[in-house]
Amino acid sequence: MLSRLRRAGLPYLLLLPALLAELLIHLIPMAVGVVMSFKLLTQFFIRNWSAAPWAGLDNYRVAVDFRAPIGESLLNSFWVTCSFTFLAVGFSWLLGLAAAIFLQESFWGRGILRTIFLIPYALPVYAAVITWSFMFQRDTGLVNHVLHDQLHVIGDKPFWLIGDHSFIALIVVSVWKTWPFAFLTLMAGLQNIPRELYEAASIDGANVWQQMRQITMPALRPVNQVLVLVLFLWTFNDFNTPYILFGQSAPEAADLISIHIYQSSFVTWNFGYGSAMSVLLLLFLLLVTAVYLAFTSRWRDADA
Amino acid sequence: MRSHPIAIPCTLLVALAAAACDRGSSTSGAGNNAAPPPKTLSYWASNQGTSLENDKQILEPELKKFEQQTGIKVKLEVVPWADLLNRILAAAASGQGPDVLNIGNTWSASLQATGALLPFDDATFAKIGGKDRFMPAPLAATGAAGKPPAAVPLYSMGYGLYYNKKLFQQAGITNPPATWDELIADGKKLTIGGKYGLAIEGANVSENVHHAFALAKQHGADFFDAAGKPTFDSPGAVAAIKQYIDFIAQDKIAAPGNAEYAANQSVADFATGKAAMLMWQVVGANLKTRGMNPDDYGVAPVPVQAGATGSKATSSMVAGINIAVFKNTKNLDGALQFVKFMTSNEESITLCKAFGSIPPVKEAQSDPAFATPELKTISSVLASNAAPLPQVANESQFETLVGTAVKNLFAAAAAGKPTTTESVKAELVKAQQQMPAS
Amino acid sequence: MPKSPMAPPASFLWIRRIFLTVLTLFTLTPACVMVSSSLKPLQDVQGPFRWIPSTLTVRPYIDMWSTVPLWDYFVNSVIVSICATVLSVAIAIFAAYAVSRYRFRGRRVFTVTVLSTQMLPGILFLLPLFLIFVSIGNATGLALHGSRGGLILTYLTFSLPFSIWMLVGYFDSIPRELDEAAWVDGCGPLRTLFQIVVPAAVPGIIAVSVYAFMTAWGEVLFASVITDDTTRTLAVGLRGYATQFDVYWNQVMAASLVVSVPVVAGFLLLQRYLVAGLTAGAIK
Repeated sequence: MLSRLRRAGLPYLLLLPALLAELLIHLIPMAVGVVMSFKLLTQFFIRNWSAAPWAGLDNYRVAVDFRAPIGESLLNSFWVTCSFTFLAVGFSWLLGLAAAIFLQESFWGRGILRTIFLIPYALPVYAAVITWSFMFQRDTGLVNHVLHDQLHVIGDKPFWLIGDHSFIALIVVSVWKTWPFAFLTLMAGLQNIPRELYEAASIDGANVWQQMRQITMPALRPVNQVLVLVLFLWTFNDFNTPYILFGQSAPEAADLISIHIYQSSFVTWNFGYGSAMSVLLLLFLLLVTAVYLAFTSRWRDADA
Repeated sequence: MRSHPIAIPCTLLVALAAAACDRGSSTSGAGNNAAPPPKTLSYWASNQGTSLENDKQILEPELKKFEQQTGIKVKLEVVPWADLLNRILAAAASGQGPDVLNIGNTWSASLQATGALLPFDDATFAKIGGKDRFMPAPLAATGAAGKPPAAVPLYSMGYGLYYNKKLFQQAGITNPPATWDELIADGKKLTIGGKYGLAIEGANVSENVHHAFALAKQHGADFFDAAGKPTFDSPGAVAAIKQYIDFIAQDKIAAPGNAEYAANQSVADFATGKAAMLMWQVVGANLKTRGMNPDDYGVAPVPVQAGATGSKATSSMVAGINIAVFKNTKNLDGALQFVKFMTSNEESITLCKAFGSIPPVKEAQSDPAFATPELKTISSVLASNAAPLPQVANESQFETLVGTAVKNLFAAAAAGKPTTTESVKAELVKAQQQMPAS
Repeated sequence: MPKSPMAPPASFLWIRRIFLTVLTLFTLTPACVMVSSSLKPLQDVQGPFRWIPSTLTVRPYIDMWSTVPLWDYFVNSVIVSICATVLSVAIAIFAAYAVSRYRFRGRRVFTVTVLSTQMLPGILFLLPLFLIFVSIGNATGLALHGSRGGLILTYLTFSLPFSIWMLVGYFDSIPRELDEAAWVDGCGPLRTLFQIVVPAAVPGIIAVSVYAFMTAWGEVLFASVITDDTTRTLAVGLRGYATQFDVYWNQVMAASLVVSVPVVAGFLLLQRYLVAGLTAGAIK
């Protein structure tokens, strides 16, 4: 009888450490953060946040009032982040996929290339991004030196860290950092595809590209489903890259939502407002994830 | 009974967890009894020297002196600027922080509003030697008017116009400019051969706000009205910022590339002779490390409008570092003793000499170490032609919003977009509308 | 000699060569910049860019230890990252075993909750987390703020969701027959876990360990608030090269290279397992 209880209780016991950790670090602080979003939590009240006056939905109202400057800049930041994430994840995934496919067959130098391609993932984030910011400097950076002085591809030396081109710089750095992870995951997924499928297809007369379309891509679907979702979430929430590239005030063209919220809360001492924006961000991501999972599961089921 | 297989991994986990939960630092004690005050203090110093280690090397001997005098051990932590405000914020929110700390003097009013800092009323000031020991200008930058100061001045700094003597000679200019018209004229003469007349740190939010403030004062405008409401879009403020942006946009005496400078590149440009003039806070020590001797450059007050007097002759904001005490400190007497020590004549002289700044303590200023041309010029500016940044609770927001607005305007100007009064005003209106309604 | 039907056409080979070359250049350029800048004197680094240093100097590699207490930061990072990794993987193994092998009430809720934590923006719970740490410190005397322990706890939780997710997938691919064979032999569930499942899942566990380690190694935001100068990690400490006076680019690059060497070496060693480990774990 005791052993039956033990057996029934065992899964819960196994989950307990994970639950406790999540509760302490993620769930309770998040709940506190949500409560903060309903309060007027500025520098006047920060010393005793629980005694701060309730602001009801005011913080949210300000955030979604898109005609006023605060709401407008939040909306702008949101669009910038969406297009940034779409492009960065898209390119990272394409590069990772191409590299994984090309490195499937063994050839001389494959092991070396695999190691080289892992370097961006192995370097400390701060060092990698600071090196890129160093390279993107207008007057003394490598990018302009190569493009302007050596290759003569462009006329005037453009700015990469301020102004409109900062969006491009942000994407380049993000893709550089992210694609190795996609590469690793897809390479692993490719290992699972039996070679017999390819052999049979080539005997049937399919060329390399057709094989890719008909064998590789469908087999990778489950891997891709998880990979793209995870990359999307990580990239959308990415704080380090814009913070190290641009400091605490990012140019408008590259004003990612994580930096935007940071500036609205930590830098300007308005935590109620920053929390409200974070909660809105969380709701948006929940929605996207739910839609994505529903969509891809249906697609997967139809496939099987 | 055979041992349960879960025992080993569980023990391992617990052991690891216990080992991992080691304290890297001592907290300010969970003091909950009426025992005699602890003989320790924790002190957060800001980065004033060439590196964090350099700061430690300068401060440790002084802290030892303090320990010998009073028996109180001071635990020093030098916090980099990137983290300082975040750490203070977390400390204010949680009540868990140092006993004594350095703050940028422009933060005084904002931090005062949190209520986390000990107010220095007259009685408290008496414990550290009295208010009269300090120069009036740095003292004005310690909190909102009408309230007791939230901090005490520690290091004093101000802006000066540094100019390259050799380049001036080559261009045939005998005296440094005293008005903006002269500066622009000189700048144009100096902008030849790939060199520029002026170096600007255009992407540095604080630098932008400091210059914007002084210029606005010269146009008779303030960024806040008497009631504390923001007036970023007043004609004077707009004109002031347009004047600053025009150095790149219209007068073209500063390189367009300066719009992205935020890592002291303008100081580097000045030191290597790529720019002939630089407006910066007491940068002599920094220039020395870059190979520029005091003989190579001269220092003049930052220009003002022709014929300006009174507050319109403000040539610099009052810059500096204040030292504050956390209200939650468990060693109030020790903390005050430490503040008294750090602002004593002797320590003021020693530390300001080491960091290349000006002592805010009247008596200390007469030390010959501060009689260099650079420091004398800036001291006199501080004494008569300087004003503190607005001491309002929303000061941090103001700095961020206006500084970012100027950064955006510089970016637009450097990209070749036209800078007009309207475009400047639009940017400032946008900044003002993002100020919280208080 | 007839070409085997499996051999790719010449066009494919050429596309592959060009693509891989461009990709290699793209990937390696920052690394080359780091190496070259780390050997330059400071004036070189601040002046117009040059591929080759004007004077080759190893000074940055010497000065970098004294500008910033690099060794202390390195030790802190290593301790925090390894502890966080070990704990995270251990906890994830238990949780993944439960989710994979048992059908219990709340299984769905658990997986969804754990997955949803991936969406939390760090800014939302940074300050509340610090406040909670301080409250715990005041209530129990166990100081989590400013200590390595607090950081370890935080990091292990950050990598937990993805680790559990991956391990569930991996455990799922290990056939139940192995489990059942163990039960027949008289093993309890935990014995089965440690003697059958874990050994079969070693590649997946290594992959998850690498992910957990890199998460802890590179995190900046929380480390900047939770640590003080004795417990500061590399991710935050490297910012100390940007001082009031100057940004010591050459030293930052040198320091970054030096601290990355062990990590890259580790990657090299674990490469095989990484690839194999991510395989089944990625398929759900």
